[in-house]
Amino acid sequence: MQRHIDQELSDLKDRLLQMGALVEEQIDRAITAMIARDAVLAGQVIERDTLVNRFDVEIDETCIRLLALQAPAAGDLRFVTTAMKISTELERMSDLAENICERVIELNEEPQLKPYMDLPRMAAWTMKMVREALEAFVRQDATLARKVCADDDFVDNLTHQLFRELVSFMIENPATITRAIRLTFIGKYIERIADHATNIGELVIYMVEGKIVRHMTPPAVQPNTSLNT
Amino acid sequence: MKALDVSQTVLKAESQGLNFFYGQAQALHSLSLPVYDRCVTALIGPSGCGKTTYLRCFNRMHDLYPGNRYEGAVILYPDRVNIVGPEVDPIEVRMRIGMVFQKPNPFPKSIYENVAYGMRIRGVSSKADLDIVIERALREAALWGEVKDRLQASAMNLSGGQQQRLCIARALATGPELLLFDEPTSALDPTATSRIEELVTELKQKVAIVIVTHNMQQAARVSDHTAFMYEGRLVEFDRTEKMFTNPSVKLTEDYVTGRFG
Repeated sequence: MQRHIDQELSDLKDRLLQMGALVEEQIDRAITAMIARDAVLAGQVIERDTLVNRFDVEIDETCIRLLALQAPAAGDLRFVTTAMKISTELERMSDLAENICERVIELNEEPQLKPYMDLPRMAAWTMKMVREALEAFVRQDATLARKVCADDDFVDNLTHQLFRELVSFMIENPATITRAIRLTFIGKYIERIADHATNIGELVIYMVEGKIVRHMTPPAVQPNTSLNT
Repeated sequence: MKALDVSQTVLKAESQGLNFFYGQAQALHSLSLPVYDRCVTALIGPSGCGKTTYLRCFNRMHDLYPGNRYEGAVILYPDRVNIVGPEVDPIEVRMRIGMVFQKPNPFPKSIYENVAYGMRIRGVSSKADLDIVIERALREAALWGEVKDRLQASAMNLSGGQQQRLCIARALATGPELLLFDEPTSALDPTATSRIEELVTELKQKVAIVIVTHNMQQAARVSDHTAFMYEGRLVEFDRTEKMFTNPSVKLTEDYVTGRFG
């Protein structure tokens, strides 16, 4: 039976995916701007954040309206509340992409400190997490969502590695401190984007299984049959 | 059926493998369902699924028609009397279990006599005793303030919502242990409905309540446990919160999300 709410839920999903695609593009462009030292592109990313904000507000309004007027239950309820939270996660990712671009513009005032090795790897891995988190949402795939959560460790490790490397630069030559700190920030921003992708993964697990796995030790995030040993 | 944490609850009644037949037609199939004390249990399901039939077993309403037949048991605790046992007197059952119907059905008598009715049948005739019980019942039904100055007026002149609260007061007067509500608000406006819902929430401090409702939001608002029935069978029983956020059975999910019914 086709219900009135089905069309609205399907529209909501489409809007969220459009927002997701836009945010993926924002992150991708921010990283490109960093590698290419492209201040113009960085400026564009900063400007386009308002588009993401607009999506966030619009999706929030849609969800509130659905909750008030349709009183969704069970799977529908979990879908609407999850959509509302995913939109917040995406909006924050876009803010972080904006922050990356702000640092990129500042970094461009001085020569490049070092060839970027770990940052692009972190970014590539993070973007894959974001993509897979959204895919897990579309396909209602809790297994893929769990993989996203597990992948976060890799980004965390690279962040620590990057930090140690940049600290050694600063100890050796105080003239590098400003740039090294800015790069540390960028590393942190990318790491936070991966955290938000993880959050989306956890939300998808809730949406699919009705089980809240946030703030639990990693084994709880895993399904009963252990994935990794 | 998924296990339920019942550590904080006490059983008030329980059907055990209950079958019910209207003549040859079987309306209930092996229904086993607990009713916890000081809790509201909601029965939901599409029209004709057996909710009302099930509810009526609790006070032997089906006895009025020949050919109706019960199998299995409906146990009332703590004394473990089988409500549907042929040796049990339906009048005794109805003293302990009150019922409120879809349409308010006050007797064409005064407000006072409506509430006094059950007590008079029991043989209470002292005006002083009746006065006490009637005031208590009307207060518990949240009607006292509105009618205390016109207890001798006809009950038929009350509004629909007031009449329904009067019926609740009438059911409360005999001090029942279990209250049955059969779609108690389907004939009422939203304001009267919310008063009845608040009343149900208050009454459960003292008694066990079973409510049949077509309004799923009402079940979600007022009940602690929800049973979903389909074609005379119990599909799922769980905490209401679980039933409306993450039911275990696909059929329940389809019903509470409005995919059928």
